Amino acid sequence: MNNADLIELVSQTPDGDPSQLISLLQKVQEASGFLSREAIEAIAGHLRLSPSAVYGVASFYNQFRFTAPGRLHLQVCRGTACHVKGSLDVLETLQRELKILPGQTSRDGAYSLETVACVGACSLAPVVVAGGEFHAGMDSEKTKNLLTSMEQVTECNA
Amino acid sequence: MQRLSDPCCPRCTHSPSTPCVKYVACRTEGPLCHDDPACRQSRERLRAAALRLTPQRPVVTVGTGTCGRGAGALKVLAAIRTWADTAGLDLDVEETGCIGLCTAEPLLDIQVPGRTRLFYGNVRENQVGRILDTVITRGEAAPRALGQLDVTGAEAWTGVAGLWEHPFFAPQNRRVLSRCGTTDPVSLDACLADGGWRGFSRAISDLTPAEILAEVESSGLRGRGGGGFPTGRKWRFAQNTPADQKYMICNADEGDPGAFMDRAVIEGDPFCVLEGLAIAAYAIGATEGIIYIRAEYPLAIERLSAALARLAECGLLGHNILDSGFSLSLRIKKGAGAFVCGEETALIHSIEGKRGMPRPRPPYPAVRGLFGKPTVINNVETLANVPAILRHGAGWFSSIGTPTSSGTKVFALSGKVARTGLVEVDMGTPIRTILEDIGGGVPHHKRFKAAQIGGPSGGCLGTQWLDCGVDYENLKKAGAMMGSGGLVILDEDTCMVDLAKFFMEFIQKESCGTCIPCREGSRRMLEILEAICRAPEAGDNFGTLERFRGVTHLEHLAGVIRTTSLCGLGQTAPNPVLSTLASFREEYEAHIYERRCPAGVCKDFIGFSIDAQKCTGCTICARKCPVGAIYGASKSPHYVVTDKCIRCGACRTACRFDAVIVK
Amino acid sequence: MPQIIVNGKSVHTDPHETLLEVLRREGIRIPTLCHWEGLPAVGACRLCVVELDGQVNLVPACATPAAEGMRVLTHSPRVVDARKTIIELILANHPDDCLYCPRKGSCELLRLANELGITERTYRGAKIHHPKDVSSPSLVRDPEKCILCGRCVRVCSQIQHVGAIDFTSRGATALVAPAFGDGLNISSCIHCGQCVMACPTGALTDARHIRRVTSALEDPSLTVVIQHAPSVSVTLGEYFGFAPGTDVDGLMVAALRRLGFKVVFDTSFTADLTVMEEAAELVDRIRNHGPLPMFTSCSPAWVKFVENFHPRWRENVSTCKSPQQMMGALIKNVWAGNNGVHPDRVFSVSVMPCTAKKAEARRPEMLTEGRFDVDAVLTTRELAELITMKGIDFSTLTPSLPDHPFGTRSSAGKLFGATGGVLEAALRTAFHMLTGQNPAAEPIHALRESEGIRELTLKIGDLELRVAAVSGLAAADRLLGEIEAGRMNPHLVEVMSCPGGCIAGGGQPYGHDATAVASRMQALYKVDRGSVLRFSHENQEILRLYREVLGEPLGETSHRLLHTGNGGHHVR
Repeated sequence: MNNADLIELVSQTPDGDPSQLISLLQKVQEASGFLSREAIEAIAGHLRLSPSAVYGVASFYNQFRFTAPGRLHLQVCRGTACHVKGSLDVLETLQRELKILPGQTSRDGAYSLETVACVGACSLAPVVVAGGEFHAGMDSEKTKNLLTSMEQVTECNA
Repeated sequence: MQRLSDPCCPRCTHSPSTPCVKYVACRTEGPLCHDDPACRQSRERLRAAALRLTPQRPVVTVGTGTCGRGAGALKVLAAIRTWADTAGLDLDVEETGCIGLCTAEPLLDIQVPGRTRLFYGNVRENQVGRILDTVITRGEAAPRALGQLDVTGAEAWTGVAGLWEHPFFAPQNRRVLSRCGTTDPVSLDACLADGGWRGFSRAISDLTPAEILAEVESSGLRGRGGGGFPTGRKWRFAQNTPADQKYMICNADEGDPGAFMDRAVIEGDPFCVLEGLAIAAYAIGATEGIIYIRAEYPLAIERLSAALARLAECGLLGHNILDSGFSLSLRIKKGAGAFVCGEETALIHSIEGKRGMPRPRPPYPAVRGLFGKPTVINNVETLANVPAILRHGAGWFSSIGTPTSSGTKVFALSGKVARTGLVEVDMGTPIRTILEDIGGGVPHHKRFKAAQIGGPSGGCLGTQWLDCGVDYENLKKAGAMMGSGGLVILDEDTCMVDLAKFFMEFIQKESCGTCIPCREGSRRMLEILEAICRAPEAGDNFGTLERFRGVTHLEHLAGVIRTTSLCGLGQTAPNPVLSTLASFREEYEAHIYERRCPAGVCKDFIGFSIDAQKCTGCTICARKCPVGAIYGASKSPHYVVTDKCIRCGACRTACRFDAVIVK
Repeated sequence: MPQIIVNGKSVHTDPHETLLEVLRREGIRIPTLCHWEGLPAVGACRLCVVELDGQVNLVPACATPAAEGMRVLTHSPRVVDARKTIIELILANHPDDCLYCPRKGSCELLRLANELGITERTYRGAKIHHPKDVSSPSLVRDPEKCILCGRCVRVCSQIQHVGAIDFTSRGATALVAPAFGDGLNISSCIHCGQCVMACPTGALTDARHIRRVTSALEDPSLTVVIQHAPSVSVTLGEYFGFAPGTDVDGLMVAALRRLGFKVVFDTSFTADLTVMEEAAELVDRIRNHGPLPMFTSCSPAWVKFVENFHPRWRENVSTCKSPQQMMGALIKNVWAGNNGVHPDRVFSVSVMPCTAKKAEARRPEMLTEGRFDVDAVLTTRELAELITMKGIDFSTLTPSLPDHPFGTRSSAGKLFGATGGVLEAALRTAFHMLTGQNPAAEPIHALRESEGIRELTLKIGDLELRVAAVSGLAAADRLLGEIEAGRMNPHLVEVMSCPGGCIAGGGQPYGHDATAVASRMQALYKVDRGSVLRFSHENQEILRLYREVLGEPLGETSHRLLHTGNGGHHVR
């Protein structure tokens, strides 16, 4: 997202109203995948808050990220039902296969990994959400298969 | 196509610009504003259509809630459309929310004109054609139907049991969930035809806010989101506080891991929640309402937005609603993900665009809340209970349940249980009924160990509590709490120390960080649990000493955190430890003194090997092993290389001959 | 009047009082770490918890309104145990390097650990590690020592309207930091140091210049010259057993000489000089159409605040350098030459009540001919430390006077230390400039308040002069809003960044309260009352300086040495 688009997007929200902060952060992240320094500063300026205050709010919530996500964003549900049904093994498999930790993006930009508190699909436990799509009843093997089936998504389209 | 909510003819004058107090009755029973047999007939026809009493074409309905989609409902939906195109059949394909039996997803039901609705579960897209061929083309009930749902005046299928007689549904009492999974969640017509918004109509036309409060208070409705505070009393505080502006907030920021009631209710029946919200707003005198919902629930948000738009279109929201002089605007605020925002003051800060950090109370939100104005916050299920109270009366509501906890409660049943899903039972129903009758017991012949109820702030109930009727008081007595209603079943393979550790990890991650006891204390408690579950390094006597010291601090620390923390999250932060310690002390002792994990979960204490006697050399374990730690030729016994083994247990799960030994 | 029962004794309470207020009024010590006078309670540290009859949980005294009939136990075993546990929990995540901590003598955490009798390490565990932030020229941020009480965050955002730091993340990883965990140098920090005053531990301290100064003193090739700011003499004594508000001017000068400073000048002298220049600039702006209002420029944090948040008002800030920088310029560019010392061999030190002065001395426009006018800035705290370090028995010294030619001051210059003082001093001289006469001897009481926006309209000759004074930047922000909205239209505005002025500056002794600040303020007024020289324009050394070097106010040499470039302060 370039600067002009960012300014354009930010300016659609009424200025000077700090209660709009979280929805504005959500809008910007939705459009660009993450919150860049430029975005934080533009939002701070628009709502007349200090950048530190904006970053303080953004870093409080799970939803916001400050680095670009990978082409395939993987979320591992760590809810109670998923935990007792083995989501930790699923997570460890992903860490091992992708060689990244939760919150990181692989160096080639193909994958990013994240844990979520609960996606609210406990009867499908353990759940992995890959690019927004739910995958139910996961285990190590299914996880590896999932990665294989997603290779097309993650290949660089350059 | 004309809708029930639309005017029947130009003589009908109800519209948002010319509001009328009798709108709902006029549309569903009318017309009342003018008399015309033709109009009456057309109304009746529309009402029957909305209730799907007399479909002209076969209707196939797919449950496309989030869990349905996760199980492949959208593929099933596509397969149905493809089948209809191929067969050249005129078919209505509808979507609905979750009916509750999540293990049977994807779930579809087929209604052939003149027949009852036939339900099928676990439908794969490649089975769609066969089922539809059988039922629609050949007019026979396809095998393995879940059940059939009565339609007034329709002929039943022989040899198929009633859906509500299914063991999962039979012990339930579906009040909040009455429309979930059977009606189109975004059709206002279906909702109105089924009696929706009549409670609201009664409230604003026949009752004063004081009378509504009295009704809700005498119903005994208590908050379904956690503490169980009497809903009517909360409303009264806000009503009694004079202010130029008040706010009514629906808390749909379901943060408990292991709970999905709010999501399912909103996905299945958004109009019901909004009706409750509107009634509450009217009762306390709020003209602005906010639904604070997790951004992780896109489908619920989508359906909620659709419902809001429809309501505004029909004048059930907005300015001078139904000519009552009451105006209400509702908007959706997406939460950005923080468990602590379930706490009221934190939630308010979040809506104000701040960090979701709780503040000391008093002042309570009902006196000084959002933007400093009186604010009431109720959770989704609480509000979803309100319309029926207004419609059927407080006596009807409190006729079931226990003396202190009236009505029903929705639970999200999950974990080690055969049938998982959304369950609504009378207050006071024993856990055994939920576990064994509804849930079908613990699968794979494993032993039940505990039911984890109420999320991280709740507790674990062991076998001794199985016959305890679930209500607010009993759960408190058992050292747990209702919480929002997550009910996770644990079997003998679950390590209680590990579970306590899991919750502490969650809590210290989700602690807002404001107050010291919660922030620092939960971290130390987690460290003590980690030390208990860690194998000692050879010769590390100091570590052993520290481990024992930690254990002696655990209960003291828990006490200080409980009594000094700023908010409810902090005050209940030690619960996972206290409640597991109370019922499963011997498991802790096995970890501490014997360095052994009885459930075989804590990886530092277990080792995997293969019983050469039992192993058939089928190689499945070697293939499943994620790190290639299992070797062996085909058809000869395999073995595990301990140094490579990461103790994930994949081999144990995979082995069909019970040959993997965990020690 | 409502009554509550405290530890079995009946106690009267006033309406709207919190338990903490009642208990403290009753002389009961209730520990707090997050409470900050004048800001709403946040109930974060939980140290003020007390036992309330009928409540299972302990309640925070700071956030609980006293209500009729409450029965309170303030030091029951349960309460004391809870407080002790809380301190132990903080310590479990605190670097145990108190011996090396700049706050060891004044740390509130250490004091509480002492009071609660903590003698062993109850909880051990992993500590969170963060690098020290030494990027700022004024402040040092050491997040490992931070206990997340949030006082700095609230002071920075609510009292100063700056918001350079805020809480980031949450739970165990929560941290007080600028956006993206950056250094303070690229944040919106204005260096005022009010966060340092608020910090109970060593998480925020000033960038220390003591070593620079001692090295210079040990270097025989350097002539080390020192200047001391007007407010330091009324606060330094607090370190040596004097009551707040005692003027220890003579002892301080004697101590500075004992420390080895060759020459001691009084910054109040250049305060007089600032008055001359600023009054002339004001008269010039009024006569030559602005831009008006003119804002004073002696508080460097305010100047930075304008640059960071209100750049459109930059031109309105007086071009006068602050007294510290004027003195610095005079020492190296006038005094050195007159005394046969090469400016490069002069090491110029100042003692300031202020952390922002450290940053100001490093601003590019504060160089004359490529040299920093001021080489090191000591805060009042650092000076006290230096005096103690060198074993000087402060109270037994023989008072001494500062050196000439920059040692004589009028009491108007001394008033610079309190909010409203610059205005009062400037008005005396402006009155003289416009009418040729001195104004009456009474103090201008309307300006001698420490809170809010103070406005005054004066009739000087045929001119109606409108002035305003304000301290604390939230108040300054409000005042700018009033001006922008057209509700105020002053000619001259004095802004002091720190609430109360320099006597409560970010470099002053830790732990002051409103009473201490009031005493310091009265001490300055007392100096003024007892003074025979009350007008900057009557200071003979000032007049001589104009005669021999500067020519006239706003003259060419003045401009070169005493003013920043045209068009306001240079912006980085």
